[in-house]
Parts: sequence; C-alpha cells; structure tokens
Amino acid sequence: MKHVLAVLVEDKPGVLTRVAGLFSRRGFNIDNIAVGETVSPGISRMTITVEGSETIIEQVVKQLHKLVNVIRVSNLSEEPSVMRELMLIKVNAEAGSRSDIQQIVETFRGKVVDVSPDSMIIEVTGNEEKMEAIKLLLNDFGIKEIVRTGKVALLRGSMVTRDS
Amino acid sequence: MKKKMTKGAAMITSALQKEGVEIIFGYPGGAVLPLYDQLYDTPLRHLLVRHEQAAVHAADGYARVTGRPGVVFATSGPGATNLVTGIATAYMDSVPLVLITGQVPGAFIGTDAFQEADITGITLPVTKHNYLVKSAEQLPGILSEAFYLASTGRRGPVLIDVPKDVFDQEALFDYKIECEIPGYKPTYSGHAGQISRAVKAIRAAKKPVIFGGGGLIRSEASAALEKLVERAQIPVILTLMGLGAYPGDSALFLGMPGMHGSITANYALSEADLIIATGVRFDDRVTGKLDSFANHAKIIHIDIDPAEIGKNVQIDVPIVGDVKIVLEAILNKLQPGETSAWLKQIENWQKQHPMPGGLKSSGGALKPQQVIREISRLCGDNAIVATDVGQHQMWTAQHFIIREPRTFLSSGGLGTMGYGFPASIGAKLAAPDKKVICITGDGSFQMNIQELATAVNNRLDITIAIINNGYLGMVRQWQDIFYDRRYAYTRLEGNPDFIKVAEAYGATGMRACDEQEAAAAIELAMREKGPVVLDFVVEPEENVYPMVAPNRPINDIIIGGERS
Ligand SMILES: Cc1ncc(C[n+]2csc(CCOP(=O)(O)OP(=O)(O)O)c2C)c(N)n1
Ligand SMILES: [Mg+2]
Repeated sequence: MKHVLAVLVEDKPGVLTRVAGLFSRRGFNIDNIAVGETVSPGISRMTITVEGSETIIEQVVKQLHKLVNVIRVSNLSEEPSVMRELMLIKVNAEAGSRSDIQQIVETFRGKVVDVSPDSMIIEVTGNEEKMEAIKLLLNDFGIKEIVRTGKVALLRGSMVTRDS
Repeated sequence: MKKKMTKGAAMITSALQKEGVEIIFGYPGGAVLPLYDQLYDTPLRHLLVRHEQAAVHAADGYARVTGRPGVVFATSGPGATNLVTGIATAYMDSVPLVLITGQVPGAFIGTDAFQEADITGITLPVTKHNYLVKSAEQLPGILSEAFYLASTGRRGPVLIDVPKDVFDQEALFDYKIECEIPGYKPTYSGHAGQISRAVKAIRAAKKPVIFGGGGLIRSEASAALEKLVERAQIPVILTLMGLGAYPGDSALFLGMPGMHGSITANYALSEADLIIATGVRFDDRVTGKLDSFANHAKIIHIDIDPAEIGKNVQIDVPIVGDVKIVLEAILNKLQPGETSAWLKQIENWQKQHPMPGGLKSSGGALKPQQVIREISRLCGDNAIVATDVGQHQMWTAQHFIIREPRTFLSSGGLGTMGYGFPASIGAKLAAPDKKVICITGDGSFQMNIQELATAVNNRLDITIAIINNGYLGMVRQWQDIFYDRRYAYTRLEGNPDFIKVAEAYGATGMRACDEQEAAAAIELAMREKGPVVLDFVVEPEENVYPMVAPNRPINDIIIGGERS
C-alpha cells in the first residue's frame, strides 16, 4: 500500500540527502517526494509517498525519526487528509483536435497554460486517480512530455502537523 | 566592553577540555595543521598512530572501556577516508566517538582541490550525525551537539569536518555543555504500562531466559541485571557484544547464542517460553533462520532505539528506554515465577554439551582453544581482552572467561579485521592498571601491525597473542564446510617471522609451538612490561564448533570436531 508521510525537518544543509540516502540504503521504495517551507522559519516540510507493508512503513517512520534533523514524522494516510499533486502535460494539439482537448481539460478542471501551433501545455491539480484519468484520455492525442510535483498533503479539519 | 574573540582551532581544544577529554588519537596533515599547532600549546595528550584507521579503533577501544567518547583528529582527503572503516565499526557497535577532520579551505570546496574528499557525504550512512562547518561562529554549537549526540541515546560516532580557514577564523566562544536539538529526544524511562506487562510475563513464565547485548554494557546495567537474575532465577545468554555484562563464570550464564554460540544457549532460546531481550538487535548471526527463531517464546524487547524494536523479530512487549532504567523499574515490581524445573533442564544441557575444544592436545600441535583458556586462567579477573576477527575471536568468546563489563572488546557488527590491536592500545590508555591482551590472528594482526611502533614508542604494556594457524582460518573453515575444501586464497603464505617483526619495532617476542612453550610464553608476558608479541603456532585446520550454518534454525547445530 502507498503511504503519504509528512516529515518536518530542520532546514540544514544536506538534510534532503540524509533522507534520500536513508531510503536507498535501507531499500525502501520512495514514490515521490516534495519539499517546501512551512510557517515556522528554519523548518521545511517533506511530503514523501512510500510504498510498503505496515511493518515496512513502521520501520521507515522509525528510521526517519532517528535522523537528527528530522523533527516529526506523521503518516497522513492514517488520518483524513487532503492530498494534491500538480502535473503539467505537453500534448500534441493540431488545430483539429484542440477543442476536444479543451473539453477534456474542462471536465478535469484543468487549465491550458500554453498553446503553440502543434501543441498545448495543460495544468492539472488533483489526486492520483485524477492524474491517471486525464493522462489516459490525453494519450490518444499523443503526450510529448509530463512533469509532476509529487504529492503534498494536509490533515483535514483544524488539526495540524506540529514541529514541536 | 569588547567581547573576546577566539580562533576556531582554540575553540576546538577548549571544547575538548570542557568535555573532559584527556587524549586525542590522531594523525596530522596539511588541512589540520592549524588545529595541531593549537594542540601543541594545550595539556591535551595526543597519541600519534601510524595509520588513521588505527586512530579510530584506538579511540573506539578507549570509549568502550571508559564509556566516554573517544576523540580522533585527521587531515582531509586520504586522512579522512582512512577513518571510514573505523567509523563504520564504531557505528555498528554503537560506540561514542567524536571525529574532527580538516577539510580544504571553504573557497576550494567542490573544486576537486588537492586532498579534497567529501567526507561528510562518504560517512553519512555510518555516522550518527555529521557536520561540515561553514564558519567559526557555528563551531561552539556544533562541538557541543557532537559530544551530546555521541554520548547519549544510542551511542555512536559523530564527525565534524572543518575547512582549514575556519580553524583560523575568529568568533565569540560561548560554550554550553547542555544542548537542545529539536529532532533528538531519546526516551530513557520505559512506558509504565509495558513495564507492568513485562512484570506479569516474568511471573507467568516457566522457561524464561534473559538475552542481553551491547546495550547492557553501554547503559551500565550489570548491577540491575545481576539482581534480576538472582531474584527471579532466570538464566542469562549474552551476545558477543554483551559479554562481560554478567559474570562469565556464573552458574546461570549459558554463554553466547547463535552461529558459534553454546549448545545450551541455543537450545534455551529455542525452548524458552519467555525471552527478555535487553539491548540486543536480533542480528542474523544470533537468530539464524528467523522463521524458526524462538517459536515458543513471548518476547519482551527493551532497547533505547525504537527502530530496533520489531525490525527483525515480532515483539510481544516492546519497551523503548534505557536498559538500566527499565530493568530497575522491572525490579521494583518484580514477582519471581517458578523456574526450578527449567533450571534443572538447563543444567542437564550444560552437562551433556560442554564447549568443545577445551581438552588438552594429545601431543601434536597446540590447540588454539587451549591457548586461550590458559591465557584466561593466568590473567585472572584484572584483564581487558581485545580480539580481532575470525576463528580466534570466536574461540576467545567461547573460552576466555569474561567477568566484568567493558573488559571484552571486539568488532561485532562490522567484523573488522585489524580492530583488535589498535583497540587494545586505546584500552591500555583508558585503563593503565589493567592487564591488556589482544588475541589476534595471523591475518588480522597484519592489518594494523604498524601500530607496534605506536605501542613501543609509548611503552604500552600490551600482550599480543597471535593465534597463528597460517590461514585466514574462519574463511578456510567455510571453504572446508561449504565449498568442498577448495581453499581458494586463504593460505597465508609468506607470513613474516612475527618475533623478528616485534623485535624490529623494539618489542619483545616469543614463539610457542607446544604446551610447555605456550605456558612459558604466557608467563613471560605476565611478567614482562610489554608490548610483548606471542606467536602461538597452532593446529592449522582446527574449526570452530559448535556451528549453526547461516540461515539455519539455531537448534540445528553442527557439533563436529572432538567431543568430550
Ligand atoms: C577487513 C576484513 N576483511 C575481510 C574479512 C573477512 N574475514 C573474516 S574472518 C577472516 C580470516 C581472519 O584470519 P585471521 O586473522 O588469521 O584469523 P583466524 O580466523 O585464522 O583465527 C576474514 C578474511 C573481514 N572480516 N575483515
Ligand atoms: Mg589465521
């Protein structure tokens, strides 16, 4: 099963290497990772999607905790949470197919962010299923390139993942 | 008022003094020159080794004996990379070290400058934590964190890489021993609910065993352990790392478990209904085939490192905490169970299966086990023994009677040949009043043989007992058992005359090929102020038994060899 972990880390040099190194060294499968600042200065938040059984995830969480720069690890898959990812897709779009593409994009509440004579760039935000669905539909037109940010997530409601 | 500024190098030497450091193990070079120049003016002692790896092992031996962090200095590039094996050795065995390496000046970092190596990158997986210092302002905080991290929680090596220009930079020096690290809060006292469950399990158990490891020694838990054993009448099994945590000559001590463990220890673990695992990490050399490990037992696991609990084996009562504190909490509520039938059973196993190899040789070549028993007998209980890695290490674990914590030093987790001799140097400096013996192999000794110069130069009274079988014996044993006796490159042809080597360095040496000579050699070593090198020429193809083949259940034991 896939788990989404929120990892609060001290914003120190090499902290990403420490986390990434831990995953490769211990043979944990990292799906994706997104890093950014938090409301507290000096603290960054990594959102890590990792695949594995309960026992493996328990080890991942414990091993992450052992890193001195890691302040907190929470498994957001265990709680109700909002998960989003942003994807940019460059798709073949000759004049004839643009309106079909446009329709798909609207259905998925995506945005066309660039148009050239024979291609478009589409921006979509959402969860995993939505990403897969739009990819499948756009495949017929020919996808030239894809880039994704990796998942980010927050707990629903007023609960927060604290750094202390 | 103008605040006083301090140079980076002086910050380091002052911090070491404030932390109570007495001795530094090291080797200088270009990038640490400013630090060495500063050191020259301080009362801190510096031991000049002949290879940086030996500096780390010596600091490691010092730390294992004193419980305080061992300190190492080395230069950038090759100096730093030479430390790596020693650091990995200490990391695997949770030994507190603080290592300070010089680095090329800040402006050169990342340019492949002369003697530049990314030592923080290289040691990332084998340190508890490491630092690349950017400026002298950071030094006080980093030094204090390094000592704190190395010597608290699960102990381990911490490396600080200092660019050459930072040694000369000036900044305010306000040193605090105490420090706060937001992401580092070790748990010391165990969870009360789990402790109650452990107490209940102990009361209910009919066949309990205590299975202890290096954590007992690191947390100074021996007294608590002895009380528990005495009051609850529970037998004790200790891993290689745990040897000495409980007296090796006590009736309730069953020996070491696992691959070369005693038959009784392995049977007891396999038959037990309760295993009280304290400061152990269920290493594969101990558990054998995991599916069949301790199938009848409930397991209580006490460890300071939460990540060890449930890592390899499923645990019924997990207790995260300092082993000593948790054992004391258990003792407070202890209600002993009824274990007499179990102890009877264990006594029978012990009678039926004494450790093989204890017999005197019948004429012929010296028996290595016999040599080790004889050294153990003559040393009495005021000795520290360090081993290298191989057959001689296992024979020492089996036959040398280790009575006290911090008197047995061996590379358990990494199994580093070359560890023993430098570790014994560190041990001697840590405990000058103890007899220090290094039991090594003809292979292992040659991995750090150059340290004879260090030992002689510092007049260190150390006995080096080479169990000389002319082979990389442990590897030869595997070839014997698993590879059809094809001894591919395990014959140590071209071994030097170890006595002449000793003499060339200015040490005393003596060779022993039979029992009389062995007795005379050991006696000489007891009398003579060392370093003394004893070359015991032993039976070349003796194997270590009992043996459990890798990934076999630990009660599936090859007894082999002679039987009594
Ligand atoms: C640095 C290192 N290289 C290789 C090994 C693999 N190894 C384990 S035991 C051993 C043989 C050791 O020979 P010796 O020191 O003569 O001890 P003996 O087994 O003969 O007692 C070897 C090569 C190791 N443990 N460490
Ligand atoms: Mg040998």
